[in-house]
Amino acid sequence: MRQANIQLDAEGRLKHFLGIEGLSRDLLTQILDNAERFAPVGDRAVKKVPLLRGKTVVNLFFEPSTRTRTTFDLAAKRLSADVLNLNIESSSAKKGESLADTLRNLEAMQCDMFVVRHQTSGAAAYIASQVAPHISVVNGGDGRHEHPTQAMLDCFTIRRLKKRFEDLTVAIVGDVAHSRVARSEIHALKILGVPEVRVVGPRTLIPPQIEAMGVKVFHRFDEGIADADVVIMLRLQQERMQSALLPSAHEYFRVYGLTEKRLKLAAKDAIVMHPGPINRGVEIDSAVADGLQSVILQQVTNGIAVRMAVMSMVMGTQAVGSAA
Amino acid sequence: MAQDYDIEALIAGMATALSERFAALEIQDPALIGIRTGGVWIARRLHALLGLEQPVGELNIAFYRDDFSRIGMHPTVEPSHLPFDVDDRHLVLVDDILYTGRTIRAAMNEIFDYGRPASISLAVLCARSGRELPIQADVVGAHLSLTAREHAKLTGPEPLRLEFTKAKH
Repeated sequence: MRQANIQLDAEGRLKHFLGIEGLSRDLLTQILDNAERFAPVGDRAVKKVPLLRGKTVVNLFFEPSTRTRTTFDLAAKRLSADVLNLNIESSSAKKGESLADTLRNLEAMQCDMFVVRHQTSGAAAYIASQVAPHISVVNGGDGRHEHPTQAMLDCFTIRRLKKRFEDLTVAIVGDVAHSRVARSEIHALKILGVPEVRVVGPRTLIPPQIEAMGVKVFHRFDEGIADADVVIMLRLQQERMQSALLPSAHEYFRVYGLTEKRLKLAAKDAIVMHPGPINRGVEIDSAVADGLQSVILQQVTNGIAVRMAVMSMVMGTQAVGSAA
Repeated sequence: MAQDYDIEALIAGMATALSERFAALEIQDPALIGIRTGGVWIARRLHALLGLEQPVGELNIAFYRDDFSRIGMHPTVEPSHLPFDVDDRHLVLVDDILYTGRTIRAAMNEIFDYGRPASISLAVLCARSGRELPIQADVVGAHLSLTAREHAKLTGPEPLRLEFTKAKH
C-alpha cells in the first residue's frame, strides 16, 4: 500500500495531495498542526508570508466552483505564490485541445503546482501521474472520489472546537452516495481516531456496503443525530431529485432537513457543519444555518489555513536536493 | 573554548544595558519580541528584570526563512504571537546566538508584516563570528570567538545553559 501511494515521496512526505485514503494519522496531524500555524496569518496587517515566493500555482478547474477555487486562490496568494485561474470548461477543451496537451503547455510556462477539480473520479491522480516530476498536484475534488482539503478543513474545525477526536460521535447526513466530501470525511475521521462515524440518509442516497468503511448507517434522522457531537450536513444536489432518487425538496426537508427541533436531539454543545453552498430549506433550516451552533463560516475561514498548509507541504518536498 | 558562562549574570547585564539604552533614546513603553525558542526564554527573563508593561511577543520565523526552497518545511513549532500593536512601537528583538544574521533578517521581515514599528533594537545573549549579512546587535551579553567548526547552542528553559560542540570535519 505504502510504496504504491503516489502521493508520497521516497521519504514518506506529501508530494501530491490527491486523497485521504491510505494516509497515516501522523501525516494528517501534521497537516492540521501546520494549518494551526498558518491560521494567525489571516489576522495580521499583511496577510501574507513569503514561503512560496516565485512559485506559480495553476487552478485547473474542469468543473465550476466558487468557494473551493477562491480559497485555494487566496491560500496561494497568502503564501506569496503567483496564481493562474483556468476554467477549462470555457477554454481549450472546447477548442478540442487534449488534456495532455493542456498539461504540456502549462509545464512549458514553468508552473509548479496544479490544483485540479474535475467531474471524473481519479482525474487528479491521472494528472499527477502525467506531469513532470517537479510539479505537485492537489486534488480540489474529483468526481465522486475525494475532496481531501475539504475533509481536512472540517477536521481542523472539529479539532479547534472539540479539542480531541477520541471521544466524538460524528453524524454525516444527506446524499452520501454522490458525495466526495463524505468519502474523504469518513476516511479522515476514522484515521484521526473518531470512534463513531455515522452516515444518515434515505436508502437511495446511502451506498450499499458502506459499513465496510467503518461507519454506522442510519435511515431515521432522529436516531442518527441522537447525542452526536458534530453534525455534518451534505448539500443535496438538485439533479438527484430530477433523477427520481427523491420525491421533492419539500419532502426531503420534512424527513432529512436539519431544524432547530431536530438539533436538540444531538449533544447539547453539538456543532453544525456544511461544506457549502447550502440549500436553505432543503437540507438545512435557515435558523440552524445562521444559529449559534453553526460553524459553517468558520469552515470557510479555516479552509484558507488548511490549504496553505497543504500547498506549502507539497512544495516543500520539491526542494532542491530532496529525493523528488 | 568551552568556558562556563553564568547565563543569568549575562542576562542581568543585558537588562542593565537595555534600560540605559531606553533612557538614552527616550524610548517609552517598549516591547520585547523573542525569537523561538531560545530567544523567548531570554526575553521572558529580561521582561521580568525590566518590569515592562507590554507582554513578551514570540516570533517563529519558519515561514520567513531563506532556505525553504532548499530544505522545505521546518518541523512544527508554536506559531508567532505578538500580543500588542506593532505600529509606532519601539521593539527589541531578542535572540540567543547571533551568527550569520539570516534569522534576524527573517525576523525583521516578519515583524513588518504586522505593522510599521517606530524602531527595532537587537539584543542577543551571545554574538559570535560568521556574519553573512550586515547585521549587528545593539546589546550583547557575551562575545564568543568560535571557528566555523565550533557550535554553540542554548538549552533550557530551566536552567539556561550554553553547550559547545565541535564538528569533526
